[in-house]
Amino acid sequence: MTQTTVQLNPPPAAQDDAELVLPTRAKRRFTEVAAERAIEGLIHLCGVSAILFVFGIFFFVFREGAPYVFGGDFKLGEFLFSTEWYPTSMGNPRYGVLSLIVGTFSVTALATLIAVPFGLGSAVFVSEFSGDKGRETLKVVIELLAAIPSVVWGFIGISVMNPVIQNVFHAPVGLNVLNGALLLALMSVPIMVSIGEDALKAVPDSYREAALAMGATRWQMVYRVLVPAAKNGLLAAVLLGVGRAVGETMAVLMATGHAINIPHSVFDPVRTLTATIAAELGEASAGSPHYRVLFIIGILLFTITFIVNLTADLAIRGIRKR
Amino acid sequence: MKGRMDMRTLFISPRRLLAAVALAAVFSVAGCNKGENGAAPASSSGAATPAAKNTKKQSIQNIGSDTMVNLAQAWAEEYSKVVPGISVEVSGGGSGVGMAALINGTAEIANSSRQIEPEEVEKAKKATGKDPKEFLVGYDGLAIYVHKDNPLNEISMEDLGEIYREGGKIDTWGQVGVSKIPGAQNDKLIRVSRQNNSGTYHYFREVVVGKKSDYKQGSLDMNGSKDVVELVSKTPGAIGYSGLGYATPAVKIVKVAKKKGDTSVTPSIVTVLDKTYPIARPLFMYTPGEPSENAKKYLDWIISDAGQKVVEKSGYVPLPKK
Amino acid sequence: MGAVFAETALTRRKRLTERLAQGILGLMALSLVVPLVTIVAYLFVQAWPLLSWDFLTSNPIDGMRHGGIWSAFLGTMYLVTASLCVSAPIGVLAAVYLNEYAEDNWLTRMINLAVVNLAGVPSIVHALFGLGAFVLFAGIGRSIIAASLTLAIMTLPVIIASTKESLASVPRSFREACWNVGATRWQTIRRIVLPNSVSGILTGVILQVSRTAGETAPIMFTGAVFFKKIPEGDIFAYSLTDQCMALSMHLYTVTTQVTNAPHALPYAIAVALLGTVLVVNALSIGTRVYLRSRKKW
Repeated sequence: MTQTTVQLNPPPAAQDDAELVLPTRAKRRFTEVAAERAIEGLIHLCGVSAILFVFGIFFFVFREGAPYVFGGDFKLGEFLFSTEWYPTSMGNPRYGVLSLIVGTFSVTALATLIAVPFGLGSAVFVSEFSGDKGRETLKVVIELLAAIPSVVWGFIGISVMNPVIQNVFHAPVGLNVLNGALLLALMSVPIMVSIGEDALKAVPDSYREAALAMGATRWQMVYRVLVPAAKNGLLAAVLLGVGRAVGETMAVLMATGHAINIPHSVFDPVRTLTATIAAELGEASAGSPHYRVLFIIGILLFTITFIVNLTADLAIRGIRKR
Repeated sequence: MKGRMDMRTLFISPRRLLAAVALAAVFSVAGCNKGENGAAPASSSGAATPAAKNTKKQSIQNIGSDTMVNLAQAWAEEYSKVVPGISVEVSGGGSGVGMAALINGTAEIANSSRQIEPEEVEKAKKATGKDPKEFLVGYDGLAIYVHKDNPLNEISMEDLGEIYREGGKIDTWGQVGVSKIPGAQNDKLIRVSRQNNSGTYHYFREVVVGKKSDYKQGSLDMNGSKDVVELVSKTPGAIGYSGLGYATPAVKIVKVAKKKGDTSVTPSIVTVLDKTYPIARPLFMYTPGEPSENAKKYLDWIISDAGQKVVEKSGYVPLPKK
Repeated sequence: MGAVFAETALTRRKRLTERLAQGILGLMALSLVVPLVTIVAYLFVQAWPLLSWDFLTSNPIDGMRHGGIWSAFLGTMYLVTASLCVSAPIGVLAAVYLNEYAEDNWLTRMINLAVVNLAGVPSIVHALFGLGAFVLFAGIGRSIIAASLTLAIMTLPVIIASTKESLASVPRSFREACWNVGATRWQTIRRIVLPNSVSGILTGVILQVSRTAGETAPIMFTGAVFFKKIPEGDIFAYSLTDQCMALSMHLYTVTTQVTNAPHALPYAIAVALLGTVLVVNALSIGTRVYLRSRKKW
């Protein structure tokens, strides 16, 4: 980012003893100056708007959830560590989200496990090994993958992946951790590829040349020189992909089976935090504990993605400083 | 970060441009060849368009039960042919959403697959000043669905309770007398249920699970009545409950006996109306106080023969003929 | 001399690992292509019986089992346009601030951090925010306005990021030339920097169109409905305070709630949604190509 600090000093006033007659600053019409000040004010306002919105999101989500945290009989321990999620129970409503956290975690972890080799591998391939034609095609593919909307992925999970998983893996049910993870992997790979490629490009060519000059093959150069040099950026790429996976809603709502369950295998259905909010927010009457707990889950999600993105940003900042 | 991806991967490639344009062209070409699709009904609405533009369309907001949403929408569509000046706007979200909308005034007619709760009556009286008025508009039988290859033919309400209730003892097909389902991977009973915003979920809990009890966790909680049936049709080891109107040839309806040893009954219009089928419920529409003139005309039409014919066509059970 | 370059065990091993690595990496890249192509092709093939121009321009009928997607398509267009009208100006101006005015202090770092974090907020949290802020707190109620504002906040960070890049790509010498002749910062931006970065800005903005068109969660509770009847062919059918149908929500509804629909229907809706997204992406590429060709440096 180019930082520009421009000091426009008005030219000095005419000196008494000088033969030089320096021109005075051309007068601008008042309205023009005023308009410019107004626009610059607007620009400054827009500039800080991002901060306002981030705080706004946190504030409004917190506002809806807070009354239950501080007013009702909300127990943080029970919330985070109980697997019993029965918000609409007539006799005994319980709000334990552990199963949901495990659901989110399991799908995200598996997705990352699948996506990292393919994503970073493709990034390396695109950046170092492919010719122009291959690079071109791959870029198209990555862009197309990134453009597919989440609800279409969910639909693919239900209609295409479901029978495939049942037939190929002989799983009892096709809507499960594996289904969701495959979709999330396909969704987060584009991010990993593009940011990973950026990271690799940021490594100076001198590193490559030095390695090659010492007799390394391209592959040796990659895994001994480039990857360690770009590791911050590659880490950021992975983290941003993870952030995307954690926050994904529609695809996992449709493809994971939406079952409250601690999964014992990848073929077990699960439910994620995001899907729970999406599924239950409509019914919960405004102001009820159920409604507020859903907003609290929103705060939880926001916090998780905040931490992930913060880490990624720090990692990228690390490579920029070099 | 993400912006960088979009910016950077956009190489100027005539080939890619061509590909995208070709895709758009395929759409148009397909259009030229298949002009007849949907043309007949479209022309009647098309003819109404110039007139509709001039008259301000009056609208009735109709919100609530997801069970009834298809029915409500069929009614809305049929009614718009009868009275073109009125547009009924249907949305789902669950019976609870409908009640909430009634209370805060955003819905003129709320659909509900369960009776209004006393607290909701209180809230409505406080918010609108009037007692909500109830209209019985039809019945719905909840069918128990299994995969079409499943040899199970009948089941008792007690067994259903043991399958679905928290703490219930039936977890495998062997326990209900089914030794082998062709295509199923193991003996596990895969329960398919609904998400807790659904009136169907609440009703099933009331009648089968027990109002004071809760569902067993680990069931796949689907969003709509349709995807319950979809999932069961694709999963040999599954059992699920959904509206009678959602049956497809790919699933089998299981006969239900009120008590173990009784004759089991197939759900149908007859058995729902004469109350021999145990899992059937009335469908209601509520208005805040006396309905407005347009709403009253609509409700009258719904209860009339014309409206009830739509009920039957949609797979629900019409009101008994007087 | 020949002995120096003769192949040894070491070089042979190196060469083989090189080939192997290249092969595996290439396979990984290829394995992205294969699923994409098969999935898109499968969707298209399954949707084929229903695809037609009429599908786009006629309303859904018969419990949304037949007919077309006009009301949903129009709703999506409204949402996209309205949200872009809000996020594009704010986003561009914010990027102008970050690139042209901001100094390297804690405030700028915070803003950048905020932008990155805004980009990472899950779509359902955006939905909660939209519900809490626009529908409830501001009292707008569920409407196209509330949904569009929610979508605008969602697309803002990406517009900021891509505009920042386009602005940064304008050579510094251009700005310096302006300052040397006495122009103020704003005059420089208005007359030189912005016009020269229009292609990048426009590309970024148009890309967000495709993203907005595909989102479901943020509009589910803020303005999208299951079904709404509007006259066909009338592009002014919705008013901003109405709720609307949307293509993404329609796909979700038809997949999960509409029973006994022809097998091809959800596929056709998915293809329509994908098609819209792809056409808009192509438009953005086209704009960039055209404007790039007119660049003067």
